[in-house]
Amino acid sequence: MARIAGIDLPKNKRGEIGLTYIFGIGRSTAQYILTKAGIDFNKKVNEWNDDEQAAIRTIIGNEIKTEGALRSEVQMNIKRLLDIACYRGLRHRKGLPVRGQRTRTNSRTRKGKRKTVAGKKKAPKK
Amino acid sequence: MARSIKKGPYVDIKLEGKVLAINEGKGKRSVIKTWSRRSTITPDFVGHTFAVHNGNKFIPVYVTEFMVGHKLGEFAPTRNFKGHSGAKK
Repeated sequence: MARIAGIDLPKNKRGEIGLTYIFGIGRSTAQYILTKAGIDFNKKVNEWNDDEQAAIRTIIGNEIKTEGALRSEVQMNIKRLLDIACYRGLRHRKGLPVRGQRTRTNSRTRKGKRKTVAGKKKAPKK
Repeated sequence: MARSIKKGPYVDIKLEGKVLAINEGKGKRSVIKTWSRRSTITPDFVGHTFAVHNGNKFIPVYVTEFMVGHKLGEFAPTRNFKGHSGAKK
């Protein structure tokens, strides 16, 4: 059982993968950490001894922004965009894609469930 | 792709000249009318008010230090979507 960077404890996985359970660490960062700590990528998380765990902890603590600190940084960046009311901020405010994607179709991740607009359809009869 | 650092930020020459002239105390005028939406906001611009054209009219933009690095056009939306028709009641 390893407890690194606050609340994360993956187990029975290769160290390289296990570290990616921490918010802010992906595959390449995990490999960088393990290389620097001199630990084999294939070593399981529960096989790390105390020294190795301590080494990983110090590297993460000193060099990498993870979890809460990183989340708040992201929020701060978005808030800055909202406050200055630039185009990207407006898109965040409206819950639409920020980076110029099409919105005629798709973009469901940002827009959420379809909300049908009444009064459309129906060709004019006359 | 991002602009090359070697070139530095793009600012319309005329616009930059106007801003610098005001900063040096020549020609006191608070609002600068401009069509140059593509100009990057540099630290010199902070504290000025620009009237940025959006294709229809001029939108007043007061520049704060957080806006440095953005373009003037980002603060003057060109589209004005008020919602679909027939969505009454």
